[in-house]
Amino acid sequence: MATAHISMFRRAKNHAASFAAVASAVLVIAPLMAIFGYLVIKGIGSINLAFLTNTPRPVGEAGGGMANAIIGSLIILGIASIIGVPLGTGAGVYMSEYGKHRYSTYVRFTADVLNGVPSIVIGIAAYSLVVLPQQHFSAFSGGVALGIMMIPTIARTTEEMLHMVPHAVREAAYGLGIPHWRSIVSIALRTARSGIITGVMLAFARVAGETAPLLFTAFGNQFWNLNPGQPTAALPLQVYVYAISPFDEWHRQAWAGALILIILIVVAVSVVRFATRKGRFSGA
Amino acid sequence: MLACSASILVIVALLLYELTIRSQLSLRQFGLGFFVGTDWDPVMGKFGALPFIYGTLVSSLLAVILAVPLAVGVAVYVTEMCPRALRGIISFLTELLAAIPSVVYGLWAIFVLAPILREYVEPFLGKAFGWTGLFSGPQYGLGMLAAGVILAIMIVPIISSITREVLVAVPQHQREATLALGATRWEMIRMGVLRNARAGILGSVILGLGRALGETMAVTMIIGNRPEIAKSLFAPGYTMASVIANEFSEATSDLYLSALVEIGLALLIVTLIVNTAARLLVWSITRGTPQRA
Repeated sequence: MATAHISMFRRAKNHAASFAAVASAVLVIAPLMAIFGYLVIKGIGSINLAFLTNTPRPVGEAGGGMANAIIGSLIILGIASIIGVPLGTGAGVYMSEYGKHRYSTYVRFTADVLNGVPSIVIGIAAYSLVVLPQQHFSAFSGGVALGIMMIPTIARTTEEMLHMVPHAVREAAYGLGIPHWRSIVSIALRTARSGIITGVMLAFARVAGETAPLLFTAFGNQFWNLNPGQPTAALPLQVYVYAISPFDEWHRQAWAGALILIILIVVAVSVVRFATRKGRFSGA
Repeated sequence: MLACSASILVIVALLLYELTIRSQLSLRQFGLGFFVGTDWDPVMGKFGALPFIYGTLVSSLLAVILAVPLAVGVAVYVTEMCPRALRGIISFLTELLAAIPSVVYGLWAIFVLAPILREYVEPFLGKAFGWTGLFSGPQYGLGMLAAGVILAIMIVPIISSITREVLVAVPQHQREATLALGATRWEMIRMGVLRNARAGILGSVILGLGRALGETMAVTMIIGNRPEIAKSLFAPGYTMASVIANEFSEATSDLYLSALVEIGLALLIVTLIVNTAARLLVWSITRGTPQRA
C-alpha cells in the first residue's frame, strides 16, 4: 500500500488537521444552535394573541405586545422595497445587458463596496437627507436608509442571474427580429425571474433585522402609527429598547420579539434556498 | 437602466458629501487633534475620538483573531473533507448565522454569553493569564472581550463563505498533482490548496474585518459603553459605531452632532478603504472561475 511509506509524524499531523477542521465546524455551528435554542425556549412562552395584537403597555403593567412594531416594520420595509427593488434590479440589468465597457466594472465594484458600508453610517446620511429637512423622525426616513442598503445586494444578484441566461435563448429572440429592450424584458428577465426574486428576498431579509440606521430615522414609537411621516416603531428597534431596559417583563417580550423576527427571516432564507434548489437556477 | 446603475455611484458620493458637510463644524474646531484627543465630555464641549477608535480597533482585531482559524477550518472542512450530503447542510447553517440580525446577537450576548464569560471564562483567563495585564480587573462579563467574541461569531460566516469560494476556485489538478507526489491529505490542503488561495483568504479576512469595524447593535449592547482606554480586555470600552448609536439622537448642541458625524465619516472612509482592498484581493483570485460550486 502506498500509505505505508508515510511517516508516523506526517500521519499524525494529517489526523490532527482533520480533527481541527471538524472541530471548527462544530464550534461554528454551536453558537447558532445555542442562539436558536434560547430564542425558542425564552421566546415561545410569550407569544400569544395579545402579543401580536396589542401595543406596548407602560412599565409595570403586565401584558401588552408589539403589534405596532410589527406593522411599523412592514411599513418601513415597504418603503425600502419601493426604493430598493427598482433601482437595484435596474442597475443589475444595466450591468449585465448594456454594460460591456469599463463603467459597469466601476458600478459593480462600487456596489460591492457599498455593501460593506456600516448601516449606521447610512443611517446618518438618511438623517441629514430626510430627517433634518422634514424636522422630525419618520418611517419614511427609515425606509430610505434601508432602501439604500437593499440596492447593492439586489443589483449584484440580478446581474449574476442574468448572466446565467443561456446565450442561445437570447439569440433565438434576436433571430425573431425582437429589439434588444424587448429581449431583455420578455426573454432574459422572464427566464431569470426566480433568481431575481431570490436576490430581492435575501436583501429584504437582511434589512428586516437592521436596527442601527432606524435609531435616528424611524426612531420608534410606543403607540399606533400608520402615517409614514411620523416616528414609527419597528420590531428590531423594539427588541433593542426592551433588551437594554432593566425590566424583566420587557426582557421577556424582547425574546418573543426576537423570535418573531428570526422566524420571518429564516422562513425567507429557507424559501429562497428551496426555490433556488428546485428552480431553474440550481447552480446559483 | 443607466440611471439605476448610476444611483449606486451617486449614493456613495452622497454619503461622503453629506457626512463631510455635516461634520464641518467639528472638523474646523478640532482639526486632526480630534482623532488623538482622549476626552469625550459633551457638557464641556470637549470631543476627542481616540477611545472610540481604540475600542473599534481592539474589538475588531480580537474578533478577527478568534474568527479566522474557525472560518478557514470550516471552509476547508466543507470543500475538502466533508461528505456531499453534509456539505449543503453546513453551508446552509453558516448562511443562517449570517442572516441573524445584529440585535438578536446582542440580546443573546447580554443574557447568555455575558454570564458564561463572567462565571467561567473570565475567572479562568484571569487566573492563567492575569499577569499579562490583558486579563485583569473586575469580571463583569460585559466588556471588550465579550464584544470581541460576539463579533467573531458574526463575521465567521462572511469569512468562511468567501474562503469557500476561493478554495473552490483552486484548480483540481493542483490537488491531484500534490497527491500524486505522495502528500497526505493535510499536506495536499496546505501546499496545494491553501497556498494557492492565500490572497483570496486574506481578502475574505479583510472583508470580515470591515464588517466587524462597522458592526453596531450587538457591540453597543455588550461592550459596556465607557469612553476609556483600558489595557485589560475585561474592562468596558466603546466603539465608533456604538457612540453614534447611543448619542446621535440626543446630541444637544451643533458641535456635539458634528463631532458624532465626523466619527461616522471616519468610519465610512476606513470601511471604504478596507472593503476596496478586500474586494481587489478576492477578485484577483476568483476572476474567470465559475461563481459558486
